[in-house]
Amino acid sequence: MVKLESNWLDLRTLDELALQKTPIHQLGAGTKLGTTLAFIMVIASFSRYEVTGLIPCVFYPIVLITLGRLPYQLLLKRLLLVAPVILFIGLFNPLFDRVPVAAVGPLVVTGGWISFLSISVKLILTITAALILIATTGIHAICSTLYRLGVPQPLVVQILFMYRYIHVLLEEVLKTLQAYQLRSCHNSGIGYQAWGSLLGQLLLRTIARAQRIYQAMLCRGYDGHIILETTAARKKPDLLYFAGWLLFFSLCRLVNLPQWLGTFITGGLP
Amino acid sequence: MHMADALISPVIGGTMWAAAAGTLAYAARKVQKDGDEQKVPLMGVLGAFVFAAQMINFTIPATGSSGHIGGGVLLAILLGPHAAFLTIASILAVQALFFADGGLLALGCNIFNMGFIPCYLAYPFIYKPLTGNKPTQGRITLASVLTAVIGLQLGAFGVVLETFFSGITALPFSTFFLLMQPIHLAIGLVEGFITAAVISFVYHQAPEILQNTASGQPLGSLSIKKVFTVFLLFALITGGALSWFASSNPDGLEWSVAATTGDEELTAADEVHGFFAELQEKIAILPDYNFKPAVSEPVAAPVESGQPAAWPSVDTGTSLAGLVGSFITLLLAALIGKGLQVAAKRS
Repeated sequence: MVKLESNWLDLRTLDELALQKTPIHQLGAGTKLGTTLAFIMVIASFSRYEVTGLIPCVFYPIVLITLGRLPYQLLLKRLLLVAPVILFIGLFNPLFDRVPVAAVGPLVVTGGWISFLSISVKLILTITAALILIATTGIHAICSTLYRLGVPQPLVVQILFMYRYIHVLLEEVLKTLQAYQLRSCHNSGIGYQAWGSLLGQLLLRTIARAQRIYQAMLCRGYDGHIILETTAARKKPDLLYFAGWLLFFSLCRLVNLPQWLGTFITGGLP
Repeated sequence: MHMADALISPVIGGTMWAAAAGTLAYAARKVQKDGDEQKVPLMGVLGAFVFAAQMINFTIPATGSSGHIGGGVLLAILLGPHAAFLTIASILAVQALFFADGGLLALGCNIFNMGFIPCYLAYPFIYKPLTGNKPTQGRITLASVLTAVIGLQLGAFGVVLETFFSGITALPFSTFFLLMQPIHLAIGLVEGFITAAVISFVYHQAPEILQNTASGQPLGSLSIKKVFTVFLLFALITGGALSWFASSNPDGLEWSVAATTGDEELTAADEVHGFFAELQEKIAILPDYNFKPAVSEPVAAPVESGQPAAWPSVDTGTSLAGLVGSFITLLLAALIGKGLQVAAKRS
């Protein structure tokens, strides 16, 4: 129940963050979606043993978080919740890949540790990029862009419809769980005797709700077609933003900036 | 079972994206053609229901642990395969965007593992034949458990294959397979029994709901062949195109060249070719892309035997320079972040 409440709270926080009016929020949704996808593709395209080359990519989330006035804590919390499973799989790399690849003084590092580090950095970058996208854009703007880009209407309507009712259903599930807990000595999980009836009752109520919504839609003139709002065409700042980041990503991908900087500073130590 | 972007390669991610997009377009057309206006709110609200229900912990008897529901099979039973596929895709998209549960690049993989498999494989081939048009309590239970277990086993196998072919993790195929399948057998059993309990409840309380969905989506209207053709077509085209760009290791053609000439590449010594070769190496979408990382990267042995190592020799200077450079870059990033924050406050 704690997880459910906390997830609901995060959803609402992200919704509220998306309503801000910072320079990042004012950019077109398509621009931000395209930039995020390009960023994730570039990150994923780095070799499995690349760590230093990935470091300059942190500029992207840092600049966006700062300019978009996003709280670090929220992103960090999500990261901590998702990371363990991925890092668990990543931790097998040091076990299976023991080829020495780097040395720092007397310390020889194996390929497995390097690739594990690489997975960790990639994880941080890709997760924050996705969260930044939604926190600076909002689901409605993303959906209307998807529709403009040719994503089939039933899918776009489905995402919007579902998102609208997630809040209602989460509240209903929370109430049901609270009622169950109060009657079952505060058990944290649902006992097997109630598996069917608890979820089944909720399901029947949900289906009845869908019928009421359909009737309400009919009363408002629904004839099987839903008109979706579309976003305005791209403006100059959008193009500049997209091109600028694309240039930066390409630079990061083609040149290992930290290596170059380090060699310059250490004078190319033997 | 959500896959993340950190463990996936652009080739696998892109291929599965294209295949999922093609199948979604097909499913969307089918739902639209179906013309059932009531389904629009029903799909939306049921999607929200599964989204919320996934967060409920169900206590597993005699184990002290708890499990939760995935909802793919439940949606396929209630909505039919096409509408359920769209609904699951929308749930996964919202989870990826808002909860970072499964990456954006990995969305195609997740839609395949958790949407395509239960809706287009497990439901029509296991649940439908087992329950038939006149379901009974026993049949519902057996069919739900089997559908969930087999669906999840196939989904977990999908995760193993996609992760293995991405080549990011060094986990050998067999180890990863043996790690994933038994865990998902247990998860599948829990999911199956919860689904069976819910469907049985609905069967007793409001049997018309199940009858409506059963008769509304007869197997005859679902052309599995077509769905598969769409999926494979998109996967093959994209996978082929992406692999062509990504391949930097000897591919089939290079291998055959090496076999016939004894040299891995036909040498072209001129400078122009060299420049483009270097550029191509730098911009390759996936350098070191390798389908068999465990086999092709020999463990330290070559160093001892005097053979040229698979890795460039360990260079302390390069590593130190990399470390110093990375530290300075991070420091710079933090400083720029702080500077922007101050500037934003002033403006």
